[in-house]
Amino acid sequence: MLIKLVEEVDVTEAYHSLQSPGAGGIDIFIGTVRNHAQGKEVTKLVFEAYAPMALKEMQKIARAAQQQWPIEKLVMLHAVGEKLVGEPVVIIGVASAHRDAAFTACRFLIDELKKTVPIWKKEYYQDNSVWVNAHP
Amino acid sequence: MEILLFGITREIVGSGTLKIKPEETIQTVGQLKAWLAGQYPAMGKLSSLAVAVDSEYADDDQPLQSGQEVALIPPVSGG
Repeated sequence: MLIKLVEEVDVTEAYHSLQSPGAGGIDIFIGTVRNHAQGKEVTKLVFEAYAPMALKEMQKIARAAQQQWPIEKLVMLHAVGEKLVGEPVVIIGVASAHRDAAFTACRFLIDELKKTVPIWKKEYYQDNSVWVNAHP
Repeated sequence: MEILLFGITREIVGSGTLKIKPEETIQTVGQLKAWLAGQYPAMGKLSSLAVAVDSEYADDDQPLQSGQEVALIPPVSGG
């Protein structure tokens, strides 16, 4: 299990740590910076984390996934700091004997991360910036 | 009591930490939230505001004691 907050998420590192002789499939989700949001052009994102708690919450989600699916290897990497359009910000990876579990667990991990892990992103546009989800 | 602040709460207060004087007699998470809403009206306008005690989400009735690490958790937006 590889769970980290990093300045640069590394797809190669994620892939290497997911390799397992018992795995018949590896699923990797990569979240990237999109160039638009709410009809506006996005120039960059800045991520901030409450690191000790974020890691704890990521570990809880990983354990919950391990209890539900037969997972050989699992990776959760999230970037902090400034990220430009196109750059990867989060990598979720699951290796499992069969692809169904890998796909389902991968989706569970990213969906839960978005709900509970104390990481915040500020979206920058040409003329202003906002903390995503902060206001109704 | 010293509170850790992140994201929009850090910007609302203008600092990464908030020191609350002992005479404010805040004893629970719920009382802390009520005090914050009174001091910083902008906090009341957030979609939600959670409090973490020793890096775990805390319920409103959880008591606050000295020595704990207390943090405000505005709506998260990772991923």
